Amino acid sequence: MELLLIFLIGILYAAGIYLMLRRSMVRLLLGIMLLGNGCNLLIFLLGNITKGKPPVIAEHAKTFTDIYADPVPQALILTAIVISFGLTSFAIVLLKRVYLLVNTDDLDGLNTPEEEDL
Amino acid sequence: MTDNQIITPVIVHLFTAILQLVFWRKTVTQRILSITGCLIGFALSLNLFTKVLQGGILTMNAANWQPPFGIVFVADLLSSTLVLLTSVSALAVCIFSATGIARSRMLYGYFPIFHFLVMGLNGAFLTGDIFNQYVWFEVIIIASFVLLTLGGRKAQLEGAVKYMALNILASTFFLTGIALLYGITGTLNMADLSQKVPLVKDQSMVNLISVFFLTGFGIKAAVFPLYFWLPSSYHTPPSAVAAIFGGLLTKVGLYALFRFFTLVIVPDNTIRIILMGMAVLTILTGAFGAIIKNNIRRLFSYLIVCHIGFIIGGLGTYSKVAFAGAIFYLIHDIMVKTNMFLIAGLIRQLRGTMDMDRLGGLYAGYPKISLLIAIVLFSLTGVPPLSGFWPKILLFSAAFDTSNYAFIGSLVLGSFITLYVVARMWSKVFWKSAPEDPPPANNFDLLSPLKKTSLVLPVCILASSSLFIGLNAEFIARVADTISNEMIDTTPYIKAVLGK
Repeated sequence: MELLLIFLIGILYAAGIYLMLRRSMVRLLLGIMLLGNGCNLLIFLLGNITKGKPPVIAEHAKTFTDIYADPVPQALILTAIVISFGLTSFAIVLLKRVYLLVNTDDLDGLNTPEEEDL
Repeated sequence: MTDNQIITPVIVHLFTAILQLVFWRKTVTQRILSITGCLIGFALSLNLFTKVLQGGILTMNAANWQPPFGIVFVADLLSSTLVLLTSVSALAVCIFSATGIARSRMLYGYFPIFHFLVMGLNGAFLTGDIFNQYVWFEVIIIASFVLLTLGGRKAQLEGAVKYMALNILASTFFLTGIALLYGITGTLNMADLSQKVPLVKDQSMVNLISVFFLTGFGIKAAVFPLYFWLPSSYHTPPSAVAAIFGGLLTKVGLYALFRFFTLVIVPDNTIRIILMGMAVLTILTGAFGAIIKNNIRRLFSYLIVCHIGFIIGGLGTYSKVAFAGAIFYLIHDIMVKTNMFLIAGLIRQLRGTMDMDRLGGLYAGYPKISLLIAIVLFSLTGVPPLSGFWPKILLFSAAFDTSNYAFIGSLVLGSFITLYVVARMWSKVFWKSAPEDPPPANNFDLLSPLKKTSLVLPVCILASSSLFIGLNAEFIARVADTISNEMIDTTPYIKAVLGK
């Protein structure tokens, strides 16, 4: 399971960075999304995956005796997911507005000299 | 010592923003609320600053969860100084916004978002938990996205795409760094991390994490190979927005770098050399970029980049004197850079343009305002005894102590080019006679006295803060010295947070 996740995270990061380096707006957007998901999985992986060991101290014990699933990474991922959801939705709207204004998907086309600054 | 007052500078801006959402379409009420909120924020952060200056580090455990398990807020002298400077800048910018921002922008929630941004800045300075700092950074960037795009002109949106893409990338690097750090240490509390990182067996992993944080914060602070988003986006929004961005957003990246590389991870030689190289190249590229620009705000954008190099150089030198110099420069820089963009906005109100070729004759037309601006420009270039002069002495002496001649050379060149650029701007904008064709537009003379005051008063506030920093250099130097002591010896910080 861990090995599989490691490969998956590697692919998500590589694909995300590659797409962000392209000149197309849609690919930039997809790159941001993949990178965000890769990052969330990384937090999950580094919290040491444990199966079927809830972080609850047994009734008769005072402390944990066995290894247990760390609840903190899940809280972190939840926060990170909500944040990346907000950022991604902003990015979608922004890129759509820019596309309607500039009429091109090419990020190199975003260099119109400003007529006058405000 | 535990004290709940730490969080008040954050809360006051949160409540101001929420209250303004209630008065969504009443722009006059929003302006009054905004100025009141910023005044209260200023009073509270001044109170916090004096408390920390006299009584040492204060902490607050959120929901009374004991550290290192819960989120902890820590006000040491560095944090509380920056919170104080933020509140001064915010006050100036919100007074300027009352006239400088078009009503159409206010109707789409300019003021609430502005307060959310200031709240995020204060939170990022005060938190002692690294994941919580990530969350505050996200609060800052989402608010800055909205401020940058509000109004929706073409140049603005184009600038926003570059700004958005690189800032999201920076956040992802930051988050990756946090994930790796949590993976090897199992904690997120900065004081706890500071104790656990040296115990990690595989120190090469720590170096890898340092690089992730360096890249993430480096993009936000706009250092050499990562700064390109700044000059291509900061000239697009209204001047009030550019002022808060130019004065504070890059500085929060710098703050994070200082906090991380003094408290959490003590960088080894490789990282220090990388920091030093970045600093030298940042100074040079920023300075050379500023020479060729003809638009005032583009010029200022490159000067921001140039002067960030000075501060990063102080971190790269990694000695007590260098830290004191860098912190002093940071204090001076926040005031001056905010003011520069407000001045750019004021010049635009006076003449209707920011293109230096089409400007001129301001000294003949407005001698008093010109003299006020001259004080700021002198502070920026570091003419003694004004504020830019003192930190440079410290930086020079730190660089001589470590025989770092590349840094000395770039400091000299950077200061010299700043002087040249500012002198050229002065002669083109203020001394040269105004071009006949087209005749200069003038919105300023048509404004009511109240509105005129609200444009000039913020420049006065920030200029007098700069004067205070320059003429009261002994006090500021003592503050910077205490901060650099805190950075070299982190035991008081750790003791205040963990209680041992």
